Amino acid sequence: MRNEELKIKITELLPMASFEEGGEWLNINLDANDWLPFARQMRNNEALFFDYLFCLTCIDWKAHLTMVYHLSSTKYRHTVVVKIKLDRAKPEIETVSRIWKTAEFHEREVYEMFGVNFLNHPDLRLLILPDGWEGKNPMLKDFEDPINMIRL
Amino acid sequence: MIEDTAITEKGDLTINIGPQHPATHGVLHLAVTLNGETIKKVEPHLGYIHRSIEKMCESLTYRQFIYVTSRMDYLSAHINNHACALCVEKGMQIEVPERAQVIRVLMDELTRIASHELWWGAMAMDLGAFTPFFHAFRERETINDIMEETCGARLTMNYMVPGGVMADIHPNFQRKVKDFIKLYKQKIKEYDELLTGNIIFQNRMKGIGYLSAEDAISYGCTGPTARGSGVSSDIRKLYPYEVYDKISFDEILENEGDSFARYLVRIREMNESLKIIEQLIDHIPEGDYQAKTKAVLKLPKGEFYTRVETARGELGVYIVSEGATTPYRIKFRSPGFSNLSALDHMARGSKLGDLVAMMGTLDLVIPDIDR
Amino acid sequence: MDIKSNIEKKDFPGQIHEAPGGGIVLSKLDEIINWARSNSLWPLTFATSCCGIEMMSVAAAKYDFSRFGFEVARASPRQADVIIIAGTIVNKMAPVLKRLYDQMADPKYVIAMGACAISGGPFFYNTYSVVKGADHIIPVDVYVAGCPPRPEALLNALITLQQKIKSGLTREQIKVPKPEHK
Repeated sequence: MRNEELKIKITELLPMASFEEGGEWLNINLDANDWLPFARQMRNNEALFFDYLFCLTCIDWKAHLTMVYHLSSTKYRHTVVVKIKLDRAKPEIETVSRIWKTAEFHEREVYEMFGVNFLNHPDLRLLILPDGWEGKNPMLKDFEDPINMIRL
Repeated sequence: MIEDTAITEKGDLTINIGPQHPATHGVLHLAVTLNGETIKKVEPHLGYIHRSIEKMCESLTYRQFIYVTSRMDYLSAHINNHACALCVEKGMQIEVPERAQVIRVLMDELTRIASHELWWGAMAMDLGAFTPFFHAFRERETINDIMEETCGARLTMNYMVPGGVMADIHPNFQRKVKDFIKLYKQKIKEYDELLTGNIIFQNRMKGIGYLSAEDAISYGCTGPTARGSGVSSDIRKLYPYEVYDKISFDEILENEGDSFARYLVRIREMNESLKIIEQLIDHIPEGDYQAKTKAVLKLPKGEFYTRVETARGELGVYIVSEGATTPYRIKFRSPGFSNLSALDHMARGSKLGDLVAMMGTLDLVIPDIDR
Repeated sequence: MDIKSNIEKKDFPGQIHEAPGGGIVLSKLDEIINWARSNSLWPLTFATSCCGIEMMSVAAAKYDFSRFGFEVARASPRQADVIIIAGTIVNKMAPVLKRLYDQMADPKYVIAMGACAISGGPFFYNTYSVVKGADHIIPVDVYVAGCPPRPEALLNALITLQQKIKSGLTREQIKVPKPEHK
């Protein structure tokens, strides 16, 4: 399906989604509370059938955080990008690891690097960082580590 | 270490495999919960080679960050550099000359053969057969010599730059690659005789580590791991880049979903790469090897995602740029990270001795997972 | 005593005196022990990242290190003599490296292979998790430069280690005279 048809179909499912122009793929902006039911519909709807989550990451804009999900369909080969703004003081969002199983490891990584709390995650703990690094979220822009990091 | 009390019962044993272990191909720590010899749960502990590459790249310019990515998945070093160069070119809309595109594809396919060679030798060594290791390295050394003449290094060559390649190919390149093709066609028959048709090897691999197609898609597996389960996921066919849409090669799919199917996919992919090299080696067009670019590269404000097919699967490079000379955020979507998450699912219920066979067919390179 | 002065020395430890009915070898016990130890060092299979591939190439048939006595690469640290640190050491891996080194039996030697093991290498600036040099954790005998070093460079390092042992300059062999008590 092309971007225009996808836009129409997605607005049917979720009227509150807003779209961003100018990217290679269709960019959808959502609210954090709408994410889980929307994700279920994206996965299960026969016409959309987004069964392949190929990139899950987070970006630290200094005023807020943005979660970015890249979804694709192996049947129809269309791709969308979902972006969700989170509050920097208390970043929380529902997990989608029950819908796409790849999200389990990716969400653990975003939890330890950015401090985003994923509600109802089966096993949310540190994955890549050593023990004792809970709470220090190294990928945030204001992370300071005078002992380890040598600035060029 | 948090115990999963729903699964472990009294009498279960948790053992640690790694991080220093000859079969893990890098530093992977697996905490395996066993009931006797049967595996109940495999939990990977990562981070023993986490070099904070994504944070580091936020302070390197667009020409500088490419050297770091060749150390991420060092067996497909050229392909990693290629992905980064493609992303920068996409952002700045640089047109790469035809000669550079063909050279890039040739180097990519040679790297793919070299990576599959090392996978084959190392996997056979894990299963107890030492001879294939020496055969594999013999061919790999031939490829390394070809690369060294042109690129200057054997393993981490920073040859692909935004705009093309760093230097023109050596005058001996075409002759040496043609000799290599002739040599390789005989050797690949040797590999089939040595390992693929071996009844002991087949018994150790058939029926082990079954992964269904829906699970492969749900876990985000790409590359030969997914193609062994029948999922068509070759980026060179689906979203072609460079000259891949002008040459003819097949995408190898097997439907069995077990370790032997993944093994066969990789062996046949080596043949396909050879076919691609044969089609291109005599038709390298004349022209520039590098497009003219500004000395200091600045990507415009926006987000760019490119994907390439490495020897392990889909590598995605996602750059978020704010218009400066350094990226604001880079994310490397590595194939090993998603392939590893399927290991727990594949291993439940099998015996401990089969775990090594499964890890071998997943072809994990741990620095790719930890970045 | 300089390491280079050993290059002119014969490899065989001792002097052979011909006598009717055979020969007699005169030597120092230390020299015979050093000769035996240096020609049979068994490495530990420890490869963290890219330098590990070059170490595997050195083990393969083209640049063979079993010609120099490094035939058997042992997986268990209790059975190994030399640990070749091939790859970056990060903060999470550092206690593991120390534990492996402690488990090795004396006399043990360490080769730091590649720029990452010498000083953090390409990951020196702006990283929060890399140990800037393996010699922050364990004492190193020989450093090999390169990223990754060529297999011939690693062979040169192995030969240098052998010469260092034969010359009597490694840690166990240097005897510091005790201070006199008046």
